Amino acid sequence: MDVLLASRLQFAVAAGFHFLFVPLTLGLSVLTAIFQTLWLKTGDEDYRRAARFWGKLFLINFGLGVVTGITLEFQFGTNWRFYSQYVGDIFGSLLAIEATLAFFLESTFIAVWWFGWNRINPKIHTLAIWLTAIASNLSALWILLANGWMQNPVGYVIREGRAELADFWAVLTNSFAWWQFLHTVPAAFVLSGFFVLGVSAWHILRKNELTFFKKSFRIAAIWTVIFSLYLIVEGHIHGAEVARVQPTKLAAMEAHWETEKGAGWVLFAIPDEENERNLVEFIKIPKVLSLLAYHDPNAEVKGLKEWPKEERPPVAWTFWAFRIMVGLGFLFGLLSILAYLARNNPEKSPRLLKVLLWNIPLPYVAAQAGWIVAEVGRQPWIVYGLMKTKDAVSPLSSVQVGISLPAFIIVYGILGIICFWLIAYHAKKGPEKVSEIPSELVTKTNK
Amino acid sequence: MDLEFYQTLWFVLWGVLWAGYLALDGFDLGAGSLLYVLGKSDQERRAIYQSIGPFWDGNEVWLITAGGATFAAFPTAYAVMFSSLYTPLLLLLFALIIRGVAVEYRNKYESPTWRNLWDIAFFVGSLAPALLLGVFFANLFKGIPIDEKGILQTNLLGLLHPYALLGGILFVFCFATHGALWLALRAPEPLASRSASLAKITWAITFVLTGFFLLISGFFTNIWQNFKNYPILSIVPILMICTYLLVPVFIRSAKYLHAWIFSALTIVLFTAWGMIGLFPNLLPSSIDPAYSLTIYNSSSSLLTLKIMTIVAVIFVPVVLLYTYWAYKTFSYRLSKEEVSY
Ligand code: HDD
Ligand code: HEM
Ligand code: HEM
Repeated sequence: MDVLLASRLQFAVAAGFHFLFVPLTLGLSVLTAIFQTLWLKTGDEDYRRAARFWGKLFLINFGLGVVTGITLEFQFGTNWRFYSQYVGDIFGSLLAIEATLAFFLESTFIAVWWFGWNRINPKIHTLAIWLTAIASNLSALWILLANGWMQNPVGYVIREGRAELADFWAVLTNSFAWWQFLHTVPAAFVLSGFFVLGVSAWHILRKNELTFFKKSFRIAAIWTVIFSLYLIVEGHIHGAEVARVQPTKLAAMEAHWETEKGAGWVLFAIPDEENERNLVEFIKIPKVLSLLAYHDPNAEVKGLKEWPKEERPPVAWTFWAFRIMVGLGFLFGLLSILAYLARNNPEKSPRLLKVLLWNIPLPYVAAQAGWIVAEVGRQPWIVYGLMKTKDAVSPLSSVQVGISLPAFIIVYGILGIICFWLIAYHAKKGPEKVSEIPSELVTKTNK
Repeated sequence: MDLEFYQTLWFVLWGVLWAGYLALDGFDLGAGSLLYVLGKSDQERRAIYQSIGPFWDGNEVWLITAGGATFAAFPTAYAVMFSSLYTPLLLLLFALIIRGVAVEYRNKYESPTWRNLWDIAFFVGSLAPALLLGVFFANLFKGIPIDEKGILQTNLLGLLHPYALLGGILFVFCFATHGALWLALRAPEPLASRSASLAKITWAITFVLTGFFLLISGFFTNIWQNFKNYPILSIVPILMICTYLLVPVFIRSAKYLHAWIFSALTIVLFTAWGMIGLFPNLLPSSIDPAYSLTIYNSSSSLLTLKIMTIVAVIFVPVVLLYTYWAYKTFSYRLSKEEVSY
């Protein structure tokens, strides 16, 4: 297999797999911290059990997030040598700062939290889970500043054949990166909220630990509705930012071929990249694309034909991934409103509970689709407008990558199955009884 | 101040990060590699996991940071080093992956088969990194055959020469000793006493191997050149021998914390020895010294190095502070009951 294609696939597998675990880490850490804080405030044992129960699921998920992150950090060097040389001056420092500021904090305090139940003062113990949650989200900020720079390079000069830092402040305030942050983290919160709702629904349907799971359900319902509705609004602004910064990506997201004023918006299409047109278009609403992208029904939207073929991203992937994400986004908005309305007596809506249970995987699909839009839609550029992906790849032999790619798929596949199975196993097992929590803890925390 | 100052500073910091990584992750990798030697029963194996449980992840972040700092401060060296050493590096990563998952998952499901399988993963995932890191550093000291474009002119087998293998074995024994000392400090009895006895033996082997390694480095590498030019620097290897000689003294008087600290210090000084020998190279070429990657031809711009310095000056002390606190809070001796729940 060709080294470039194999390296791309390998990166896609490694990054996509990492992002199966990242969102739950980002959101469930905060939710666990909220449960524990509620316990500290009210003394209600159910909240302490909730912190331990959701925290354990968090931890199982966290394990895979950590180990898959390490490979990503090194893959820039192993597979994308010329990229690393070209952007290291800017991109490398963001990764190094992420490790220093966030990863040390996260990995130290998650251990303090997990092993500290009967060792440290409950206030410091609660602080530990908050620090974990903050550090996780801080790591998201730095990695997205790094990714945002690849999407929209700013604050650099080209010197001696590479991009050198010229203005660090510009890199830190890169608007595109901030929109990504303001989209990705709430998306992770939505995923985590639906995870808690879905698991709670499973138990409520079985009348298992009813009071316990109703409390979790209630908090998750409030949380999820906030972020789901927010995401629809922010996603739209985010799209406008893409239109401004990466017009090729926008054109691909909309399978929009011809430059026109007052461009219409299609619900569904089958893009035909060979012949530069859409085979079929369903439901085209006039002027809406111009309105969405530029807040003006008569604005001009550039079509894909503006650019030579080799500078266009894969249209069908980008178009469909975007449709899937947005469609699911609206579904989540609706579902979260229903869950919110049912928050006090969810056991009275068994049908909603069933839907919420089966809904658990859908936010994962939406998040993966989102990254496909962002990354595939950026192609053929690895750094938008500056460097092409094909010029970035390391001089490896096809044997090396030919072995490592299947190795990744097999090892990750097995670990992924084990992880999700283990999460399901502990989720079904339900929380510990108060009497099952080692007694020393109860006495210690009661005084 | 000028570029050269910051390049040198970041070379030093680069060494510090590696030293921190080897001295910290070294003990949990070492403890894992002794899983079957010391863990006679399921309970004892569980104790080995528990004694490194709160620490392994934080320790591994030193590796991530060392990698990140290489990327940030010396991007060309990062790019050439990691793509040249593709296969060994991925082996290292896969080993670290299965080890990490093993530590987290082994005790989360009640089944002997489940535990036995994770035990194998934990053992392999601890032994292999020790070996590979040794091979990696020996190759770094010796230089690897990269041409003027930074393309590697050999394959995996070409990197596994006898000197590299000696480095690998040295690391395995050194880490095993370091891990055994940690278990002597933290594991419940009788595992602790057995670990202490084992540490005496592995210490002796490590000591001999180190001496041999230092000696033949004079034949296979240029690592002693800087010491010849500046004899005062020889204080580092001499100090290293001294700190290591103190380890068995502390073991005999059952001062395991001291023994462990001196073992860690030895690892730090060993790293310092290697880094002094390498300077100013990051990755020497064994084909022609002119092709070597040095701090001068592969560093980032002055601005980036300055910003990174500010970040490091502010946050590294903070990291050290809470790491120290976490170690203090969790380095107590585990009781039997704690291991069994
Ligand atoms: C939006 C969030 C996000 C994104 C896009 C990424 N990560 Fe990540 N990463 C996290 C959010 C995160 C996290 C939430 O902080 C994790 C997940 C699980 C965890 O333990 O921390 C993490 C863990 C994690 C670790 C292990 C840290 C540890 O040992 O504690 C590394 C080395 C990386 N990541 C590196 C990367 C790289 C190089 C990425 C880009 C290709 C990347 N991550 C994408
Ligand atoms: C975790 C979330 C992410 C996901 C799911 C993701 C997904 C992908 C996918 C699917 C590709 C392949 C695109 C293609 O080959 O057509 C890709 C490529 C790439 N992405 Fe991401 N990405 C993520 C985050 C990041 C981040 C945060 C960075 C940078 C910090 C990054 C850097 C890259 C690079 C360097 C490539 C290689 C170029 C290529 O393969 O085309 N990615 N990513
Ligand atoms: C409801 C409407 C939504 C809209 C209008 C929307 C819009 C967008 C846009 C325009 C992008 C591309 C940004 C880029 O190219 O960098 C994007 C990316 C992304 N989306 Fe959405 N989105 C929506 C819902 C969701 C949902 C529900 C999720 C997941 C639960 C999600 C997860 C993501 C992720 C992870 C990315 C990649 C990171 C990024 O670029 O910010 N989105 N979204």
